[in-house]
Amino acid sequence: MTDLTTNTSVDAAEGEARFGDYVALLKPRVMSLVVFTALVGLLVAPVRIDPMIGFTAILFIALGGGASGALNMWYDADIDRVMRRTSKRPVPAGRVEAGEALSLGLWLSAISVAMLGLATNWLAAGLLAFTIFFYAVIYTMWLKRATPQNIVIGGAAGAFPPMIGWVAATGSISLEAILMFGLIFMWTPPHFWALALFMKSDYHEAKVPMLTVTHGRAETRRQILIYTVLLVPVALGLGFTSVAGPAYLAAAIVLNAIFLKGAWEIWRRDEETAQADGYATEKRVFRFSLYYLFLHFGALLVDAGLRAGGIA
Amino acid sequence: MMPITETHDLHKRRLGRNVGVALSLVAFAAIVFGLTVAKIRQGASMEAYDHTPRVSVTPPVESGQ
Repeated sequence: MTDLTTNTSVDAAEGEARFGDYVALLKPRVMSLVVFTALVGLLVAPVRIDPMIGFTAILFIALGGGASGALNMWYDADIDRVMRRTSKRPVPAGRVEAGEALSLGLWLSAISVAMLGLATNWLAAGLLAFTIFFYAVIYTMWLKRATPQNIVIGGAAGAFPPMIGWVAATGSISLEAILMFGLIFMWTPPHFWALALFMKSDYHEAKVPMLTVTHGRAETRRQILIYTVLLVPVALGLGFTSVAGPAYLAAAIVLNAIFLKGAWEIWRRDEETAQADGYATEKRVFRFSLYYLFLHFGALLVDAGLRAGGIA
Repeated sequence: MMPITETHDLHKRRLGRNVGVALSLVAFAAIVFGLTVAKIRQGASMEAYDHTPRVSVTPPVESGQ
C-alpha cells in the first residue's frame, strides 16, 4: 500500500487491524486463567525456581495458550461468523485475515514451546506442545463439531497449565500435578453446562452439538450433577497431597459442599421452574463455579505461603 | 507533488500496530537477556559452538597416555 490510501473510505479503515485485534486472537480472558493456574502449579512445587525463569515459564505457557486460541479462531471463523457472541471476533468481523490468525498461531506455538524448553525443561515444553495440539487439532478441528461431549474434551486443554507449571519447576509429573489437572478437568463440564442452561446460544445454527440441544436440558442437568459428584473426590483428594495444607482442606470441604448442593438443586429443577425465576439457581451456581476454582487454587497458594513461613 | 498531510484513522491503526510489534520485540529481547543472566547465575552449562572446545564432544583422555 502507498500513502495514497489517505483518501480511501472509512470502510478500508474498518478492515485495517489494530494491534489489539491480534491480542484478541490470543483470547486474553482465557489466558488469565492459564496464567493463574500455571503460576500456582509452579509456586506450590517443592523446588525453588529462579524468579526470572519462573516469570519466563509463566509468560510462555500463557503465550502457548494464546497461540492455541489464535489457531482456534482461524479454524472456527465459519461458525464464529454465525453466532452472535463470536461474530465480532477479529477474523469473522474481517479485521484480521484467517491466514494471519493461522500464521500468528503457528509462530507463537513454536516460539512459546522453544522458549519454555530453553527456560525450564523439555518435558514441560512437550506438555505445552501437546496442549496446543490437543486444543487446536483434537478439540477444535475434530471433536468440537462431532460430539456433545466436546466441553469435557476441551476442558482437558484448559486443565494442563497447572501441570505444566509444576513440571517446569520439578521436571517430572507427579500425583499432585495429575490431581490439579483433574480438578480443572472435572470442573469444566458443570461450570460450562450451568452457563449453557441459561444463556441463549446459537450453537444450533452453527451446527455445533451442544448437550442442551442434542440430549435435552433435563439430561444436561443430570450430567451437571454426575460431573460434580465425580469432581468432589478429586478436589478433596488433592487436599491429602504434599501441596495442600489446612487452608486448602478447609476451603475444599466448604466449597465442594456448596457446589454439590447447587448441582443437586439444578438437577431437581425442571425447565418451568427455572424459567419462572429467570434461571436464578443456574446463574448462582455458574457464578459460584468461578469462585470455586479460583479459591481452590488460591488456597493452595496460601498453604504454600504457610509452609514457606514455617507455620504449617 | 502535493504533500499528504491528512492523517486518516487507518494511519493511526497502522502506527499503533507498528509500535505494538516494536514493544513486543524489545520485550522479547529483554526476556532472552534476563533469562541468560538467570541461567548463568545458576551455573548452567555454557558450552558455545564457536572457538572453544566443547566438553561434551571432546573424547575422553585415557590415563597413562
